[in-house]
Amino acid sequence: METPKTAEFAHIGKSVIIKGELSGSEDLYVDGQVEGSIELAGNRLIIGPHGQVRANVNAKGVIVQGKLDGNIRASERAELTKSAIAVGDITTQRVAIEEGAYFKGKVDIQKDMAKADGARTAAAASSSAAASASGGSTMAVKTNPSEGK
Amino acid sequence: MKFFGSTNSTAQDSAAAQGAKLTRRSSSLAQLINTLESEDSLCILDLGSTSPANIRYCTERGHKIYSDDLLISSTDPSLAIKDETGKPALDSKRFLDENLVYPGAQFDIVLCWNLADYLDESLVKPVIGRLWSLLKPGGMLLAFFHTQEAGPDAPCYRYHIVGGDVLEMQHIARGDGKKGGPAGKFRLQRVFNNRNIENLFRDFASIKFFLARDNVREVLVVR
Repeated sequence: METPKTAEFAHIGKSVIIKGELSGSEDLYVDGQVEGSIELAGNRLIIGPHGQVRANVNAKGVIVQGKLDGNIRASERAELTKSAIAVGDITTQRVAIEEGAYFKGKVDIQKDMAKADGARTAAAASSSAAASASGGSTMAVKTNPSEGK
Repeated sequence: MKFFGSTNSTAQDSAAAQGAKLTRRSSSLAQLINTLESEDSLCILDLGSTSPANIRYCTERGHKIYSDDLLISSTDPSLAIKDETGKPALDSKRFLDENLVYPGAQFDIVLCWNLADYLDESLVKPVIGRLWSLLKPGGMLLAFFHTQEAGPDAPCYRYHIVGGDVLEMQHIARGDGKKGGPAGKFRLQRVFNNRNIENLFRDFASIKFFLARDNVREVLVVR
């Protein structure tokens, strides 16, 4: 699969570290560190070559170029490129794993995932509708209050 | 069981230039493929290096596949200990605490490939014991063993299922798995003869041998 152009993705740069729940209604490119969970139902997630993610991720499409320690749930497609190091289970409709990728975990192909996740995606979309109507998509970070104390 | 001590390289090394893929026919795989093609929703554990081809082959047929590169995991330097005689060994208890951690009787098929030939001696029996417990009754395990003629420098391969009875083989070395550990090639640790293999799988219900032309003995065991 051709890697999507990331210009329109929300970016988390190399020097950024996030701990907590990351959710949003736009495509996201993570080249920094995320620990917690990533919820992008209906949108795409790319973990860039410098990205280090320790989180369960849920998105429409997931591309891993860096490191991921956590489960992937991708309603359409999951892809591990040759530089990927992924430890965790993948549940998706379609999977592509490039020669050279390291993967430890389960691959479970579920053909009706898009339907099953449809309701959840719709709910996520409606919850962000207000923000979208006011001129933009949303990205939220909910940190654990106990973190950093 | 015979152990190798020589470090001489052979012509096989050059033939198995890294990245090059060779193909071979496998009678045991053909038997396994019958099961993969005829049954639905099987649970498969692939203990070789990550193989996109194997993942694709299994998932296209509606099976679940787990990928777990045990050989790379065994190169973790922190596993090194000394046994009761003071010889270097690997901590098999810790290894099994951290690897092959699945519910019992979960898998219908385990693809062991040539793992036992290259795995450290201290891990072989514990790993096979754990695999027995992970297989469902009636589940099958596929393993390859080199014969004496293969020589100590027989290259370590990862295996890709092409289909039918055809496997694609690709030379692998330490460090290919990106998980750290010392670089270098995997060395054949020992040669199992038929009796050794029977002993190794003594807890299993049945064992079937297939002798291939390339100095490899294929084994299909059933729990």
